[in-house]
Amino acid sequence: MQALAEAAGKFVFFIGLIVLNIAAILTWVERKQSAVMQDRIGANRATIFGIRMLGMFHMLADMLKLFTKEFFIPMGARRFVYLLAPMISLLFALVGFAAIPFGDTLILGGREIPLQIANVNIGILYIFAVLGMAVYGVVLGAWASNNNYALLGGLRASAQMLSYEVAIGVSLVGVIMVYQTVDLMEIARAQGQLLWGWLPQWGILLQPLGFLIFMTAGIAETKRIPFDAPEGESEIVGYFIEYSGMGFGMYFLTDFLETILIASLTVTFFLGGFQVPYLYADGFHFPWGQAILLPNIAVAALQFLSFLIKLIVLLFIMMAIRWTLPRFRYDQIMHLGWKILLPASLINILITAVVLTIIG
Amino acid sequence: MNVHDKYKPLSWWDKTYIPLVIDGLAVTLRHFFRNIRLHILNVIGIKTKERGAVTYQYPEEMRPLWPRTRTLHRLMRREDGSPRCVACMMCETACPARCIYIVAEERPEVQIEKQPKIFNIDLGKCVFCGYCVEACPEDAIRMDTGIIDIASYTRNGMLLTKEQLLNIEPKVENYVSRPDLMEGQPIY
Repeated sequence: MQALAEAAGKFVFFIGLIVLNIAAILTWVERKQSAVMQDRIGANRATIFGIRMLGMFHMLADMLKLFTKEFFIPMGARRFVYLLAPMISLLFALVGFAAIPFGDTLILGGREIPLQIANVNIGILYIFAVLGMAVYGVVLGAWASNNNYALLGGLRASAQMLSYEVAIGVSLVGVIMVYQTVDLMEIARAQGQLLWGWLPQWGILLQPLGFLIFMTAGIAETKRIPFDAPEGESEIVGYFIEYSGMGFGMYFLTDFLETILIASLTVTFFLGGFQVPYLYADGFHFPWGQAILLPNIAVAALQFLSFLIKLIVLLFIMMAIRWTLPRFRYDQIMHLGWKILLPASLINILITAVVLTIIG
Repeated sequence: MNVHDKYKPLSWWDKTYIPLVIDGLAVTLRHFFRNIRLHILNVIGIKTKERGAVTYQYPEEMRPLWPRTRTLHRLMRREDGSPRCVACMMCETACPARCIYIVAEERPEVQIEKQPKIFNIDLGKCVFCGYCVEACPEDAIRMDTGIIDIASYTRNGMLLTKEQLLNIEPKVENYVSRPDLMEGQPIY
């Protein structure tokens, strides 16, 4: 019972309070960041009693609009599947966060609480399963719409997502080899150890090629520009063309949630997860011998803050990439996925294996 | 960049897209940080030479009009307050959109024979070419009011009569007074 309450508390805190809020703010950040990058002002017309807050209320206005719009089911659509598909999409974008560690152990009232919603010891496989299921929401929605354009968009999406899942999977084998575990918590903890006594053992330092491949394939997995051939909102219509109202809203939210999921996975695997350099369970221990001891709650707060900051910086970079690069042609997407990323990740495994064998 | 460079095949390093992605990100991020710095300075209240955005927030903020910009018409008056127009029909003849409608009447004074009884401009038809201003021998019609927000819910609302045209309040402040001081400001 207590374990259930603990899990529920962590769920409400991490997914309800952090992830969903970041997803909502991302819709605002996307507009404002792109505006500033393109010498514009950006959305600033929505006000409440004359308070403008840099256009922050556009999030509320958008949500209100999506909720009050008619949810239209086109003629000939498979009603049940049509209603189910956006929910599947949203569900599998959300459950992925369960395995992500956002802090080390928090001791609260004598109980040791690992700051991770579900302590699955096959974390990486679970993540693969969740990412693999994401394609179902897209394909089912496209097929159930009874629209040829939606179906073609769904086909593009499934081909792209399946191709890049291969690269994601193979690029993470290097991480598994280095840290000798598939438990995300253990991977995050292992990145707190030091290399040669001073360098934090972060994934980006041990697996730079793996980091690049994972980031690229991850952005492709979110189906956003430059890999937005499945959606192509303005020109080539995509898999959710028939969706309106909150059905579209769910697909829209899924996009942002997947961006956050990929960013937080990148943080966990390659940017040290929740680790702050030289911060251990009882405080800072610097390599030059100095030590600052901290209570457990301060350490947990620092670790969570470090996770959040890394996540936000990575999201900023992903948004900048989204607003900088033009869309890839579809054959270029396939070429990049199968002929560049997959061989590169295989080479990455080979190099990792050779280095690990030499070091022992 | 040499024109012929684009025919050179990409090198192995370029084919990975990495240098090009970094180039592109450098451009957009340079704009981002430059603009965000200017925005923050403006919010604090420090005036900067440049603006953070090249766009204008239109209803609150007018884009300065160039001195030659043709805006809403007005009819000029003589010193005694009567219209300068002598109803010569030159503007009506010159108008390519045929938006001007004039009915002449006799004028009590002997030196000037005619004056307009009706002088209508249908702004729904007007193309703002300025030919009427050029055709006018009496300098009776001008397009220098600085008013550009011309809109109405009805077609009749777009029809301006002689009295309305004579009594338009010009907004000269919308115009740039010294174009030479505008150097460096966006004019597009």
